[in-house]
Amino acid sequence: MNTPETEIQQAISDPRLQLAIYTATKRLIGHRAGVVNPDVLPHYQDLRNEANAIKKHTIENLDYYLEQLESNVIAHGGQVVFCRTGQEAADFVLGLAKQRGAHMLVKSKSMTSEEIHFNERLEAHQLEAVETDLGEYILQLAHQRPYHIVAPALHLTRYDVAEVFTRELGAENEVVIEKQTKFARGVLRQKFLQAEIGVSGANFLVADSGAIVVVENEGNARLSTSAPKIHVAIAGIEKLIPRAQDLAVFLNLLGRSATGQPLTSYTSFLSGPRRPGEIDGPDEFYLLLLDNGRTKLLRDPEKRQSLYCIRCGACLNHCPVYRKIGGHNYPWVYSGPIGAIITPQFHGVTEDTWLPFASSLCGACAEVCPVKIEIPKLLLKLREEVIEVQRRTDTSGFERLAFILFAWIATRPKLYLRLASLGSLFFPLVPRIGPLKKWASERTLPEPAHQSFHQWWAARKRSG
Amino acid sequence: MVGRPKEVGMTAREHILGDIRRALGRAAGQPPRMEAAPLSAPVMRIPRSDRNLYTDLFVQKLENLAGKGICVRDTAAVIPAITELLAQKHAVASNSPFLRKCGITGLAQVHTGFTDREQLKEACAAADVGITSVDYALAATGSFVMISSASEARLVSLLPPVHVAIFPRSRILANLDELLSILPRPADQTSSMVLITGPSRTADIEQILVRGVHGPGEVYAVIVDEE
Amino acid sequence: MFVTCIVDQVFPQVGIAITEVLERLGFEVHFPEAQTCCGQPAFNSGYTDQARTIARHFLNVFRDSEYIIVPSGSCCSMISHHFADIFEHDPKLLAEVHALEPRVWEFSRFLLEVAGVEDVGARFDGVVTYHDSCHALRELRIKSGPRKLLAKVRGLTLAEMEIAEECCGFGGTFSVKFPEVSGAMGRTKIESIQKTGASTIVSIDSSCLMQLQGVIDRAGLPLRTMHLAEVLASQ
Repeated sequence: MNTPETEIQQAISDPRLQLAIYTATKRLIGHRAGVVNPDVLPHYQDLRNEANAIKKHTIENLDYYLEQLESNVIAHGGQVVFCRTGQEAADFVLGLAKQRGAHMLVKSKSMTSEEIHFNERLEAHQLEAVETDLGEYILQLAHQRPYHIVAPALHLTRYDVAEVFTRELGAENEVVIEKQTKFARGVLRQKFLQAEIGVSGANFLVADSGAIVVVENEGNARLSTSAPKIHVAIAGIEKLIPRAQDLAVFLNLLGRSATGQPLTSYTSFLSGPRRPGEIDGPDEFYLLLLDNGRTKLLRDPEKRQSLYCIRCGACLNHCPVYRKIGGHNYPWVYSGPIGAIITPQFHGVTEDTWLPFASSLCGACAEVCPVKIEIPKLLLKLREEVIEVQRRTDTSGFERLAFILFAWIATRPKLYLRLASLGSLFFPLVPRIGPLKKWASERTLPEPAHQSFHQWWAARKRSG
Repeated sequence: MVGRPKEVGMTAREHILGDIRRALGRAAGQPPRMEAAPLSAPVMRIPRSDRNLYTDLFVQKLENLAGKGICVRDTAAVIPAITELLAQKHAVASNSPFLRKCGITGLAQVHTGFTDREQLKEACAAADVGITSVDYALAATGSFVMISSASEARLVSLLPPVHVAIFPRSRILANLDELLSILPRPADQTSSMVLITGPSRTADIEQILVRGVHGPGEVYAVIVDEE
Repeated sequence: MFVTCIVDQVFPQVGIAITEVLERLGFEVHFPEAQTCCGQPAFNSGYTDQARTIARHFLNVFRDSEYIIVPSGSCCSMISHHFADIFEHDPKLLAEVHALEPRVWEFSRFLLEVAGVEDVGARFDGVVTYHDSCHALRELRIKSGPRKLLAKVRGLTLAEMEIAEECCGFGGTFSVKFPEVSGAMGRTKIESIQKTGASTIVSIDSSCLMQLQGVIDRAGLPLRTMHLAEVLASQ
């Protein structure tokens, strides 16, 4: 297994980072708990069941709803562009920008765009994509990737931010957070007002309306989609829901699960360019529907539920492993439990074989997932697949032998018991055996009992 | 992939839809399958409570978010209620007929009547206050519902650092579910419907809350009893 | 009674305590000596074939048992929830699994729902905190049961820790494959426990207790771990 041991150890041994991750996730855990408890939201479990059912139906009939979405977007004056890859999406925007002579665009937060390295692809052709979400803007300046789906700059302090602003923008050293925010607001406002093109993601795609829904707190998505003359939205094909009325389920779950907000500051329901009579809004709307491997995930009937994800981040907040290793130790832009199940599906189980095993299967993620993805079950399935690949390619190593041997012994009780009593003699050697050395270094080992329960029972029987 | 015939000239659209159909075992033009994964009618949860309590609930929720709710008797009482707010300030007001009824459009420091996008943008970018009405308000969350139209432009409630929304009590609905019951397909009438729930905010740096990041940092609701 | 391999070899006192409590309540305890393991380590590591072999042996041993008492949330959930996954493609064995499932009882649940008792006549002086083991909490939905039993123990004060429901970090082979993460998770738990003033940590899973005790001893702290059965057997 190619576990990034050094990096994980570094993250765990960094007290400042550990404190930042722990307190941020603890806060989000508390906020969520406050708004989903039965006193406040008595039908929370019903909502989860409904969300799961709606997503299941939509994913199982995805082609139908994609076509319905497409025809409604077109009916409202927008255009739909299907993109197999991130490059196709980037190429479209590059072509559009070139046509209009645009050199800069503003962008609101979109994990999908991170997934396809959208900004880098544009910058390679001298088209500047300015991140406008405060956390993403800071990360862009710092050349880092997001630490968390919802709180991207979770790992940075105000001093880090001051340093980034000074280094990249020549700003005076300013460590007061409110002033840092006002500074960014001023810089970015100019960008909003100048940009020809605004790019957004989409939290939901609404098939019966030809609409996208964008959920945010800052106002940068509203500005990116309202000030420039052209609005481009990039969304994974799995973001679909059938009807606008389904938002009663999803909007009641998303904010609560993510940040403990019944509704975020702004929820925008956008369906294309401005209509006749409307005073402002874009003249052109392009919806880029991205595959980038999602159709691969669709093929597996058991694992395709991974596509139900609404990117709330609750699983990250509750995951004891994420809360120790942090977002940057996951190999892809999607971290935490959802990252652990989709990364091997997108990239193949032979990449990052450690990932499905980096879980104690505690189940906290599944308990809080608003769309009821069975994350631990899928982790187990992926583990089975890794083991199967190793078996077929003869790369299993010692572990496979050990389990085969154990299974053989465990069906032969007399042998099992004899070996167990011998085993207790060899137990002190455990700390010296390679793979178990590290296990032993973190804890004081238990000692095998001098008399097993089997032996106690047999002795009791004998003495009547 | 070995064995697949080369699909020359297929668009990305055809590729993707084809891949999806193959993965799901579905045919082009096939209606949605309902047996294994049915789609039920949407469940709308609208509390059956006294509408007269909605104003109080709305104000309570808005003020929990650091917004401010001001209740006035009638349209004549609106201007006195916001005089101090507007003192020494430049404001842009939307073209809402209700604002005209309240006399807002007649105030000296208020610019209104914009129908040109660029002029509106410039005025909003320079204004201290943006004054709008709302199409609906949601009591359960303290939200404004703003539908883009000839009466209401998008940027008035977004660019200026202060947003004042003036509307009659009758426009307050119970919650999002009630809104979606009345308006099951907002796209039929507008390109933009926004639910505004309190001021713009972020906690991106050290999880410390800051208001007024890109949108307004101060939000006021003036709720008029009698229309 | 299915004692589980860890209790058999490392914590036999738990099996002994269960025997005492059940006999005190008038039950006849059987211990099929051919029992070995439930197959969970193999299953969780992705070796489903090997897990199947071990599970088949379990089915043979316990086919005719009236009640199968299990002193572990994780082993119990392996049998009552995951055996069905292992045998999902074998209709005959799947039927056997379904016939077995209603007879499998985690120890505390057996006391409350079958024996119908909350007070087993136990005495234990001290401040105790309860750790909710993950499989018990989330798969078997065991949460208030053990607390009810502890509430009836004379002399015992229960002090809840802030993060009772957080994972201790054991996760079976997880602790071997990711020892630093496992250790860090254990330490976070112990820090929370220290704030309760409890001197004893109680759980219904010996593997969790083993994990926590390991971290405690490494840090040299005056805390001890005990299985619920041991507390209930004390007099």
